[in-house]
Amino acid sequence: MEKKIMLGNEAFARGAYEAGVRLVSSYPGTPSTEITENAARYEGIYAEWAPNEKVATEVAVGAAIAGGRAMSCMKHVGLNVAADPFFTAACTGINAGLVLIVADDNGCHSSQNEQDTRYYAKAAGVPCLEPYDSQECKDFTKLAYEISEKYDTLVLVRSHTRVSHSRGIVELGEVEKRDIIPYKKDIQKYVAMPAMAKKLHVAQEKRLADFSKDSNVFDINKVEMNGKEIGIITAGVCYGYVKEALPEASVLKLGNVYPLPEELIKDFASKVDKLYVIEEGQPFLEDQIKAMGIPCSGKDMFTIQGEYTADMIRKAFGIEVAEHCDAQPAPGRPPLFCAGCPHRGLFYVLGKLKKTVMGDIGCYTLGTLPPTSAMDTTLCMGGSIGMTHGFEKIWGREDGKNVVAVIGDSTFFHSGITGLVNMYYNKTPGTVIILDNRITGMTGHQQNPATGKDILGNEAPAVDIPKLAEACGAASIRRVDPFDLEELEKTIKEECEKDLLSVIIAERPCALIVKQPDIPYEINDDCKNCRKCMAIGCPAIEIQGERPVIVPERCVGCDLCARVCPFDAIHATEKEDR
Amino acid sequence: MKDINILIVGVGGQGTLLASVILGNMALEEGYDVKLSEVHGMAQRGGSVVTHVKIGEGPIGSPLIEEGGADIIVAFELLEGYRWAHYLKKGGTMYVNDNRINPMPVIIGSAEYPEDIKEFFKNELGNVKVFDALAIAEKCGSPKAVNTVLLGAMSGDLPFDEKAWIKAIEGSVKSKFIGLNKEAFTEGRKARNGNQ
Repeated sequence: MEKKIMLGNEAFARGAYEAGVRLVSSYPGTPSTEITENAARYEGIYAEWAPNEKVATEVAVGAAIAGGRAMSCMKHVGLNVAADPFFTAACTGINAGLVLIVADDNGCHSSQNEQDTRYYAKAAGVPCLEPYDSQECKDFTKLAYEISEKYDTLVLVRSHTRVSHSRGIVELGEVEKRDIIPYKKDIQKYVAMPAMAKKLHVAQEKRLADFSKDSNVFDINKVEMNGKEIGIITAGVCYGYVKEALPEASVLKLGNVYPLPEELIKDFASKVDKLYVIEEGQPFLEDQIKAMGIPCSGKDMFTIQGEYTADMIRKAFGIEVAEHCDAQPAPGRPPLFCAGCPHRGLFYVLGKLKKTVMGDIGCYTLGTLPPTSAMDTTLCMGGSIGMTHGFEKIWGREDGKNVVAVIGDSTFFHSGITGLVNMYYNKTPGTVIILDNRITGMTGHQQNPATGKDILGNEAPAVDIPKLAEACGAASIRRVDPFDLEELEKTIKEECEKDLLSVIIAERPCALIVKQPDIPYEINDDCKNCRKCMAIGCPAIEIQGERPVIVPERCVGCDLCARVCPFDAIHATEKEDR
Repeated sequence: MKDINILIVGVGGQGTLLASVILGNMALEEGYDVKLSEVHGMAQRGGSVVTHVKIGEGPIGSPLIEEGGADIIVAFELLEGYRWAHYLKKGGTMYVNDNRINPMPVIIGSAEYPEDIKEFFKNELGNVKVFDALAIAEKCGSPKAVNTVLLGAMSGDLPFDEKAWIKAIEGSVKSKFIGLNKEAFTEGRKARNGNQ
């Protein structure tokens, strides 16, 4: 069979394709996004961006019960949003196979926390598989569908930044041709009301016990016997670190991390002198193994924080690591708004007005960092609006006038709408600024319900944000270009003063999705070195020889610096056709 | 073949990902095992980015290179070479694009760009080749080809012949950029042989 280098996320999508999956519904979130993007390109798979993970999961549950294999993919915090349908679908069981792929982000490369998805499998009572490399991403996805249908259960596949975003060699397989499984009305199974739910719970416990017992002989749980002094139980990405650091150790690599293959673990433990459990994050495996009455080491030697490395394991076992020069005190290079980014204008003005800014999740979270430094909080998707309401209720109207919510277009659809409804219904006259850049930016430019395009870039209906805001109860709705700094400042000041619910829509497309003028600007001799242009934090402007200078290769010609310059000292190097 | 670990470092948006994809495709084509680990999401917005490339007989376990474990570091920018220098193996080689991109803390004056980076490379690492890959890329037609210039420069350290590299480039870039990238690769390979 053909071999290809594949990103873990590409391999998950390939696994879905080979398994005959019919539908994938997801909301983008690093490090999971590319699974759905790749699935969308396979013939026979209908894929879509849903407005949030809860809707996406409901769509997938519906599709699976209707008889087609279905999938939803999300980042770890996405499962918090999808937890409601997830927990109940875990009880009802499925018709055709149903798999959720959830990617954790230990080390917080692109996330607000380090939560451990494996606990969701235990809490909801579904099997959880954990692949370690791209080949396993594909193979485990296919296996997850077999398990799903054999045991009549939703299956969770847990990924990780280093699994989803690593590339490795994948041997492609045949594509299964699968018919739709006929749907049979069965209210005892699919209507989760109290009388049924009690029985469903009994069935659920039984299938988990069956699965646990059967998994003792699954070949995804691999025993590699070497020396008997050290025995390691591990799973997922940590397996690679263990193999590199302790090639002489005996290893039990678990493929299903919940429920566990108890007999296999007991047998392995009995064959080694000392047992260690190596897992990133919480002691999920360790606690369960200890509860089986098996003594082992784990979090007494390793941290629950961040990512592991092979060297971390070497050090814990007293093995020498490679020599190298000292790490140098290099100044940090935090991410920042791109040249031409529409958010730069808004955060410049919010910083100037010294607003208390309830932030949200997206590229614009970078407005927190200097020099704009114009964000006070970031909680969760959609959290800015609820928090603004909370601030206003405690601070009262006068001080509340200084509080604004900022939320992106995609985040507003995700979970901002209900917050706005709440503000209206519970009578908070606050100001919500929707940053409409016509895309879901941070995750790599996915379409959303307002962009007018679907996942494949084909034309789609676009939800009208002003009309939606009006329907939610906004009494004043203003649209403004965030690069029109004067108008923006005036609008924010006026709306914050009003004793009614206001929505300001800052409209300008992401600088990476529309062609920029690309005519560099320059600073001429009229410059008085006031450095106002430095306050916008543009990567193209820097101090050279005590004066600000625009670096032409990095300037996209957006002209925001020219707009903040009080001395009219910044101009395009050529005339533009605007 | 002994395992080869290559760390590719730079600033989000400089094209470090393409360089690693070319390396990965070539290793696969030549019959080796290969693992790559990269950073997506927030860091790509002008932040510090790193890609790990591991090539060997296999099976390769961890997708990550450890400190002191890189045979080769390819740095797209001086400060990024400096930041990741402790990943270089004793006796390893670093190829550095002689290009300075100030990070925001430097731009706003809360941190200083180290002025002695090249001295540090010379004194502490030894085998470092600093050269203006950006100028070479621009001469070939686009500053975006800086990644293939750098690949060309380091290509002599890997046991693959020029044909294999060219084939990997052809398989990894869009057809309209193949000519540009092939030229950039060849010029980078020449730059290595010159006295930099």
